[in-house]
Amino acid sequence: MTRFVTGRELGLLVCLHCHETVRSAGKDRARCPRCGAAIHARRPYSVATTAALTVSAALLYIPANLLPVMYTRTFFSEDSDTIMSGVISLLQEGSWPLALLVFVASIVVPLLKLLAMSWLLWCIVRKSPGHPLQRSKLFRLVEFIGRWSMLDVYAIALLVALVQIRSLANIRVGIGALAFCAVVVLTMLAAQSFDERLLWDTTSDD
Amino acid sequence: MTDSSIPPSHDLPEAIADPPRHSRVPLVWVLPALVVLIGAFVVVQQKLAQGPRIDISFLDADGLEANKTKLRYKDVEIGDVTDIHVAKDRKTVIVSARLHRDASDYLVEDTRFWVVRPRVTGGGVSGLGTLVSGSYISVDVGRSDKKKHEFTGLEIPPIVTADLPGREFVLHTDDIGSLSVGATVFYRHLAAGQVVAYSLDRGGASVTIKIFVNNPFDAFVTGSTRFWQASGIDMSIDSEGVKLRTESLSSLLEGGIAFQLAPNATSTASAAPDTEFNLYSDRDRAMRQTNSEVRTFIMYFGGSLRGLSVGAPVDLRGITIGEVKSLSVEYESDAGTLRFPVEVDIFPQRIRGHSRRNDRPAPAPDDRSETSSRELVDSLVAHGMRAELKTGNLLTGQKYVALDFHDEVKPDHVGWDAHPAVFPTTSGALDEIQDSIGSIAKKLDKVPFDKISARLVATMATLDDTLKTANRLLGQVDGTIAPEITATLQEAQGAMKNARSVLSQDGPLQNDLSATLLQLARAAKSVSALVDYLERHPESLLRGKPGDAR
Repeated sequence: MTRFVTGRELGLLVCLHCHETVRSAGKDRARCPRCGAAIHARRPYSVATTAALTVSAALLYIPANLLPVMYTRTFFSEDSDTIMSGVISLLQEGSWPLALLVFVASIVVPLLKLLAMSWLLWCIVRKSPGHPLQRSKLFRLVEFIGRWSMLDVYAIALLVALVQIRSLANIRVGIGALAFCAVVVLTMLAAQSFDERLLWDTTSDD
Repeated sequence: MTDSSIPPSHDLPEAIADPPRHSRVPLVWVLPALVVLIGAFVVVQQKLAQGPRIDISFLDADGLEANKTKLRYKDVEIGDVTDIHVAKDRKTVIVSARLHRDASDYLVEDTRFWVVRPRVTGGGVSGLGTLVSGSYISVDVGRSDKKKHEFTGLEIPPIVTADLPGREFVLHTDDIGSLSVGATVFYRHLAAGQVVAYSLDRGGASVTIKIFVNNPFDAFVTGSTRFWQASGIDMSIDSEGVKLRTESLSSLLEGGIAFQLAPNATSTASAAPDTEFNLYSDRDRAMRQTNSEVRTFIMYFGGSLRGLSVGAPVDLRGITIGEVKSLSVEYESDAGTLRFPVEVDIFPQRIRGHSRRNDRPAPAPDDRSETSSRELVDSLVAHGMRAELKTGNLLTGQKYVALDFHDEVKPDHVGWDAHPAVFPTTSGALDEIQDSIGSIAKKLDKVPFDKISARLVATMATLDDTLKTANRLLGQVDGTIAPEITATLQEAQGAMKNARSVLSQDGPLQNDLSATLLQLARAAKSVSALVDYLERHPESLLRGKPGDAR
């Protein structure tokens, strides 16, 4: 098996802003001599920050699914929909592809993201060895699909903007949508603050 | 990668040292804490805002939906229906509702719940807004202090809400007429209240009606207020003609009650709530003066009683002083005849009331004793007062009992010993006419029409003979006398012809006559000249013409 050497092992740091490679000279926290940006071997508090954001997102995931995301007031009735009730009503109307899309994008994906982030963090904290490649691929997947979870939020934003026929019909944003939006944003931030290199650190010692 | 491919590290610039920061928990951990805090705050607030849960039972859940139907008090949302399920006994539907926290005070014993749906009644349409917005449960908060969490919903919306100012009264009547719950109570044609409830009394003999009179109309309900049915059309045909009376168009449909102060009202203080009143069948009956004293008399009339009905007025020269109470047939075993007694209620007070206007001293209240009114009636009868049947309305044939003074009647008296007392009567004018027609008919009956006709036949035969003789005589005239007359006429014609020829223009008589006349004219001229001359020369009579002398 080929031995991989990391920059840290060689005493080298890379500035993430101007990509200048510098010698660390034993310093863990330093500045880029070229652009002056802070450089470090690994992002400081990466695990802690990611964990905090993930926990916040996980907490917000509960109201995001329980509270109504949308109030639809028409001349005849006033309805409130949660994400799940929206999926169910879509399913009842027979548009199961749309229901599946919303279900996957709004419920499954955020949940998987949260689970994936938690698992990755857990692996790093426990320093559990093995399968860094799979973990890395998983992380990249999470990072990639994260933005697509905003589908629901976009849909609601559009509806709210379009359906404003005063007394006849009216759509308002529910607090659930806000929570859901926060979940998506926080998981994206969590993924961003996550230092992928940490995944490989556990294996490099082997 | 291999060691050889790594660029010489010493060529690379060295990183600038950054002063190590104090190690601390990253600021980002504030975020989950904040989320938890907000979450906790929201949950606590929700819990605090959540009011009590109540169960209301209805007969059905028409128009009600869980999580959609609202509870409203004065049209302000005070809760939501959370669940609807059928009761265990399957007779009712239990509607569970969660009230807002500030509505927990409303849950007292006499708080009422009902479903507001579109309703169409005779009086109007209500709840039209719920057609589109959906039904809701309306709440009327009671006044009790006792708390309650299980209620029985009303199936019919209550007429009066607890906070409506006004008073309830109780009416008693024999017949409810066309009244229904919600029927309007009128005061001088103004809608003053509504019928709240009615119930059949125990025994089923009468009906008790509960009405609610709104403020400020309730102030006009006093101890001497009269209530009467203003239901539908009050059409009456009596001796005074056809009467048609209605209170308002809506009362036509769902009935109504009207009230007004009695004409001789004494008490003006407002009646206490739940005061009981009589409900009269019509305005006239209600407005009739309360007669503390009623004297009942029996009247025996000679003629038929057809057209006289119970309730017909007893009239004293146009003033109603009583009414007919009953009509019946009486078999008098002694005489073996039938009599038709008319029982009449007379209110002597009314007579007295009128005597007061004549500035006579008003009798003291205690004077309204039996003896005084007996004396009054006695004196009236002694003055010739009699009862008679009169036709009040020729069209309908309704009759009434008229009391009036008659000069030519035989003296009579009230039969006080009978009970009720017998009031003397006289046969009316119509009866008299009937009697006289009867006697004429009787006389006509006595005429011997058969004999008259036999004689008439004989006379006719004689007349026939006479005519025949006359005919023969005329025949003779025709045969003998007529030719003679013709000859005579011809002769006369000849004579006339001769006369004409003598008198014609060129006839000899005519010629002679004209010559004679000419000469006569000349002679007259000469005489005239002579007279002229003599006038100028009168002397010539003696001397002759002067010309002759010369």
